[in-house]
Amino acid sequence: MSPRTKLVARRQPPATTNGAVPAVERLEVRKTYKLYIGGEFPRTESGRAYEVFSARGDLLANACRGTRKDIRDAVRAARAALPGWSAKTAFNRSQILYRIAELMEGRRDQFIAEVMAAEGLGRRRATRLTDAAIDRWVWYAGWADKFSALTGSVNPVNGSYFNFSVPEPTGVVGIIAPEGSSLLGLISRLAPVILSGNCAVVLASESRPLPAVTLTEVLATSDVPGGVVNLITGLRRELVLHLAGHMDVNALDAYGLDPAQGVAVEELATENVKRLVRPPAAGADTVDWLDQRAQSPYLIGEFVETKTVWHPIGS
Amino acid sequence: MTLTKKPESRPAAASWGLSKRGIPWEYAPAPESTDHVEIRREYGLFIDNAFGPSRPKASFEVINPATEERLSRVAKASKADVNRSVVAARRAYETVWSRLPGSERAKYLYRIARIMQERSREFAVVETMNSGKPIKESRDVDVPLAAAHFFYYAGWADKLDYAFPGRTPRALGVAAQIIPWNFPLLMLAWKIAPALAAGNTVILKPASTTPLTAYLFADVVRQAELPPGVVNIITGPGEIGMELVRHPDVNKVAFTGSTAVGKMIGRAVAGSRKKLTLELGGKAANIVFDDAPLDQAIEGIINGIYFNQGEVCCAGSRLFVQESVYEPLLDKLKARLSTLRVGDPLDKNTDVGAINSAGQLAKVAELVQSGIAEGAEIFQPDCVLPEKGFFFRPTLFTGVSQSHRIAQEEIFGPVLSVLTFRTPEEAVEKANNTPYGLSAGVWTEKGSRIFKMVAAMKAGVVWANTFNRFDPTSPFGGYKESGYGREGGLHGLGAYLDLSSDGRNGR
Repeated sequence: MSPRTKLVARRQPPATTNGAVPAVERLEVRKTYKLYIGGEFPRTESGRAYEVFSARGDLLANACRGTRKDIRDAVRAARAALPGWSAKTAFNRSQILYRIAELMEGRRDQFIAEVMAAEGLGRRRATRLTDAAIDRWVWYAGWADKFSALTGSVNPVNGSYFNFSVPEPTGVVGIIAPEGSSLLGLISRLAPVILSGNCAVVLASESRPLPAVTLTEVLATSDVPGGVVNLITGLRRELVLHLAGHMDVNALDAYGLDPAQGVAVEELATENVKRLVRPPAAGADTVDWLDQRAQSPYLIGEFVETKTVWHPIGS
Repeated sequence: MTLTKKPESRPAAASWGLSKRGIPWEYAPAPESTDHVEIRREYGLFIDNAFGPSRPKASFEVINPATEERLSRVAKASKADVNRSVVAARRAYETVWSRLPGSERAKYLYRIARIMQERSREFAVVETMNSGKPIKESRDVDVPLAAAHFFYYAGWADKLDYAFPGRTPRALGVAAQIIPWNFPLLMLAWKIAPALAAGNTVILKPASTTPLTAYLFADVVRQAELPPGVVNIITGPGEIGMELVRHPDVNKVAFTGSTAVGKMIGRAVAGSRKKLTLELGGKAANIVFDDAPLDQAIEGIINGIYFNQGEVCCAGSRLFVQESVYEPLLDKLKARLSTLRVGDPLDKNTDVGAINSAGQLAKVAELVQSGIAEGAEIFQPDCVLPEKGFFFRPTLFTGVSQSHRIAQEEIFGPVLSVLTFRTPEEAVEKANNTPYGLSAGVWTEKGSRIFKMVAAMKAGVVWANTFNRFDPTSPFGGYKESGYGREGGLHGLGAYLDLSSDGRNGR
């Protein structure tokens, strides 16, 4: 049985032997999974979709097959959101990240179900991953007004100058989300990017994009300004190089990239001297996302610029 | 180098008590003596603490850009030589340097710092002869700062465990380091000091026009009795640098130079696990508000663009003046420009020395021609340039628009483009309108405005009411296409360490 017929079979009321139509259980209202760009939920400009299957092979939904134009729109939205988001106080960003955790908690069962379906996991495992994903927002929320205490400095220069260095957001950051870990992996890469004031354009997992789309629905209602996070679903072979080569993207988290694509992506990223985080040698799908090492203030540091300021001391 | 267009108007210099020729008196020559400096007729490659010829044997000439006379010949490395140097560095890393306690590495670096201080004048003279920069700069800036870098990073070598909370820092291994010709010794120090402190061994490739202080530094390595192979120095053309970058046994690449070459290096390491830091070009905005202390600002503007003949990646090459003070500032600036002494770099009174090479001089001249052709108005003092050598008059352009090449491209010469603005917002918009983001300057007496401007500048270093200050404790490096990674301070140390949680330079 093909996945398509499976879906049809699942959704149609069972036929009865005498031909009478039985009492129908309520027909589910399905969700349309859309892109998230500039705080809105457009369909892809291509008007195309691709089928997303569960780990068992059941058809879950049609996802948008995003395009280069969608990436461009997302980058423009991210760039537009950058001045406002980066100018917010660290305390404010901290509260907003915490708010994401609050709203995810409210949709916890939905995320667990989606992770189960996407990743083919039992309820226990999916629950652990979802809880860790929510807790990861809380963990990073606390860093927003603290990481500069680690990465900033007052520099005792050899002269009569006041000299200090502070971290600032790099700008628009492209994120190639891990392919396997649809929710926890994504959040583990996204939270450290936006917490410092960057705006993100995320390529969701190609085969497991649905939890990411649901996450954007949480973001849209969590006081995260539109454009701070933008999500594109689609086929990586049609999207990755356009994101890597976009001249208005300042940094690229290629952690979720298939390492085999590393050379082409890195070469393109060099065209405008993007800051680049490479995929781990064995690929991101070998990472244990529940491990404490999957969260780190050093990861925040990958997407900030150090600005050094000098001023004379005198009367 | 002659100009096609004569300067047309002279500034009103009355307030300076200056004559039409700028300075109302003549300076007697005050040349720094060179008799205590020995430059060998030939230098081989420095591998495993020994100078030896390249294989196959080849060499090229190194000249004094102020006289165009030959100073020496240096070996031209081959691909095989690159490999030899990497093998030497690897062996030293595996057998000696990585096994040495940090406290011992520290003492070697302190030794180097001290020897550089002891031999400071020798370094300054050779630097000036080879680069064309004024002796007062090499003597007072380049050499002391270079020694200070070694002294600073020496102290980190045995304190790495305190530097990065939650991490166990590990050396990366073999570092390939490629440096430019504008600050040959200082860039050597910026590269080698943190690399060795972190426990790496290095292969340094100086620029082909300015290898002499690097080879003099090799003698410091010998005097300090560094283990063979810890510091290797090879010379050759750019392709040899690329061979070094591509070498599979290199773990870290650090490059200072042009953005175009930086991108080539970025492509060359693509797909490898090599850690890369880039310090590339710039087109810094120096912004003067109407409440700025003008005389102080003038000195900062002059220092910002004519320091080291403007051959500075962070040079304040775009001056933005608030319209209300444009005329008085420009009068003062032209008057001050006319007092700059251009000439023999070894003369202690020289302010502007020689451009580093004929090629660079041609590039500067070409861009200046483009400024004239695109309609900007040129001003140059009519100082007398030496007959030989690669000299160029300090130049400023007014009537520059944002789209002019002289407002967009890095000139890397003593050429200032003057633009104007009305509001702080306009200044920010114009200042950030460049792919570069290395440095910026802000001049105003208003504290709150300083911080607003500082925050708005997309630049890695912002000098407020000063310009072109450097210190080993102070991180330096760019935003956007000016590169990534920082040199100096704790940030500069981290660039030479594996700070991953798994010890595989992952994350």
